[in-house]
Amino acid sequence: MYKLRDKYAIVGIGNTEYSKESGRTVRSLASEACLKAIADAGLKVSDVDGIISFNFNDSAPAIGVATELGIENAGYAVDYAAGGNGANLITLAAAAAIEAGLAETVVCFRAMNGRSGFRLGGGRDMSAYGVTQYTAPLGWITYPQAMAMWARRHMIDYGTGPEHWVEIATTFRDNATRNPRAMQRKPMSRDDYFNARPIVDPFRMFDICLESDGACAVVITSAERARDLPHKPVYIMGGAYGGGPSQGDDLFDAIRWPSHSHNCFKYLADDLWRSAGIGPQDVDVAQIYDCFTYSVVMALEGLGFCKEGEGGPFVMDGRIRRDGALPLNTAGGLLSEAYIHGFNHVLEAVEQLRGDAGERQIEGAEICLTTAGAMTCGSAMILRN
Amino acid sequence: MDMPVSAYEGPLPVPDPESTPFWEGLRAHRLMLQRCASSGDYLFPPVTFCPGSLERPEWVEASGRGTVFSWIVVRHPVPRDIYADKVPYVVALVTLDEGCRMTANIVGCAPEDVRAGMPVEIVYNPVTPTITLPAFRPTGG
Repeated sequence: MYKLRDKYAIVGIGNTEYSKESGRTVRSLASEACLKAIADAGLKVSDVDGIISFNFNDSAPAIGVATELGIENAGYAVDYAAGGNGANLITLAAAAAIEAGLAETVVCFRAMNGRSGFRLGGGRDMSAYGVTQYTAPLGWITYPQAMAMWARRHMIDYGTGPEHWVEIATTFRDNATRNPRAMQRKPMSRDDYFNARPIVDPFRMFDICLESDGACAVVITSAERARDLPHKPVYIMGGAYGGGPSQGDDLFDAIRWPSHSHNCFKYLADDLWRSAGIGPQDVDVAQIYDCFTYSVVMALEGLGFCKEGEGGPFVMDGRIRRDGALPLNTAGGLLSEAYIHGFNHVLEAVEQLRGDAGERQIEGAEICLTTAGAMTCGSAMILRN
Repeated sequence: MDMPVSAYEGPLPVPDPESTPFWEGLRAHRLMLQRCASSGDYLFPPVTFCPGSLERPEWVEASGRGTVFSWIVVRHPVPRDIYADKVPYVVALVTLDEGCRMTANIVGCAPEDVRAGMPVEIVYNPVTPTITLPAFRPTGG
C-alpha cells in the first residue's frame, strides 16, 4: 500500500495544444509540456533531477526529453512500459523516487502523436506473435474491438448498455463545451449519440474516445518544498496501482481474467481508500479513465461508488453532471477533451483543486479522484488541496 | 468440417515453442489444449509452466465444444484494405467444455443471432497450407 499520504504534491502542470496533427516530433511535444510545467511550478530546469514517462505505442524517451530540456543531472530518468494504466502510476512513482532519495523534484510527462502518428483506434501493429497470435488473425485488432468484449459481458450480466452510455457521452461533451482545450466542443444530443455509426457492437462511435496529438506534464516535489512555490499545492493523499489475477500479456489477453464484468479497480480499491484514509463518499469530483463510455461504469463499480452491476443506473438522473452529486470528467475526458493516454485527467484534477478551472470549476472541490486504465491493470490517485 | 479457402490477407500467427502443438493440432483438425496433470486445469493460451510451479503442462485433445462467453460484431473494418469485404464478422470468447476460455470467430449464423451461453462446436478454417484458424459454429448448425 502507498504509505506517503500528503508527503508529496503536484506543484506544476503544463500541456501542449491537443490536435489531430501536431506537425511536430513527439519529443518536442514532451519538451513543451515539461517546460511549461516547470515554469508553472515557479522552478527552473536546473531544479529538476528526475523525469518519468510511460511509453506504450508512441512516446519520446525520458532521457531524450531530459537532454532537450537541458536537465544536467537526470538522476532518475525512467520510462515505464505502461499504457492506459500509466498516468497515476508514474505520478506515484515520482513520489516514491523522491522518498527513496533518488531525486528531489521530478517532472512526469506523457507525449504522443496518437492521431497523426501511431493511431490507437485505427489499427495497430498487425503482427501476430506472442498472445496476438491468438487474436489478430481473427480480425480482433483494435482497442475498441478489445474493449467491446468486456462491455458485452457487462450487458449480459447486468443489462448495462447504450441507455446508460449515452448519459456518459453527452455529459462529458457538455463539460467539454466549457473547455477551450477540448478537441470536441460541439454539443452532442441523445439523437447524435444513437444516430452515430456502429463501429463494433455493442459500441457506437461516441462510445469511443478521441485520438489525439499532444503532451501533458506535471511536476512533483515534497510537501515542504511545495509550500514555498507559487501555486496552492495539490497533495497526493493516496494511490494504488495494479489489478487482480491473470492480468495477461497485453490488452487482448484478458482470456483468463476472472470476470469481464469487473476490471482492475475492484482489486485496488481497498488499497486506494486505505492509503488516503477516506472513502468514496468523500470525493468531490472525479476524473475517470474514459477510453470508452463503459469503462466509467466499471471503474465506479470497482471503486465502490456503487455495487457491481449498478453502475448503469448510478450514472443516470444527472448524478455525474457538473451540478450533480459526483461530477465526473469535468474537462470532457478522453471522450471529448483529448486522449493523452489519461494524463490530461491529472491536469484537470489539479486545476479543479487549485480553483483554476474557470468555467469548468466545481465550487468547493477539495478532494479529487483520478483513475487510469480500463481492463486488467490500472492506477488511481486521491488528490486534495 | 472445413471452411472454404479464400485468399487470406489477414495477420498470420507466428507459432512459437509454446504454441506449436496448438497450431499443428488445428492443421490436423484437432483442438489441442494444455492441461496441468496435478490440478486437472486446462490452460489457454499455452504457457511453459503450470501456474505457481515448475510443472510442465501436458497436451491433450479437447472436445471442441463450448458456449459463447462474450462476443463482438465488427462493423467498421480496420484495416479497411483487409476487412472491408469481411464485415460484419463475429469474434468471441468461448468457454470450452474443458473449463478454459478460447478466442475464435463465430461462423454459421448471422451476427444478430449470437447469444450468450449459446452452445458451439469447432470448425477449422485453413487459411494457408500451414495455418488453420479456429472458428466455432452453433452446435448442430
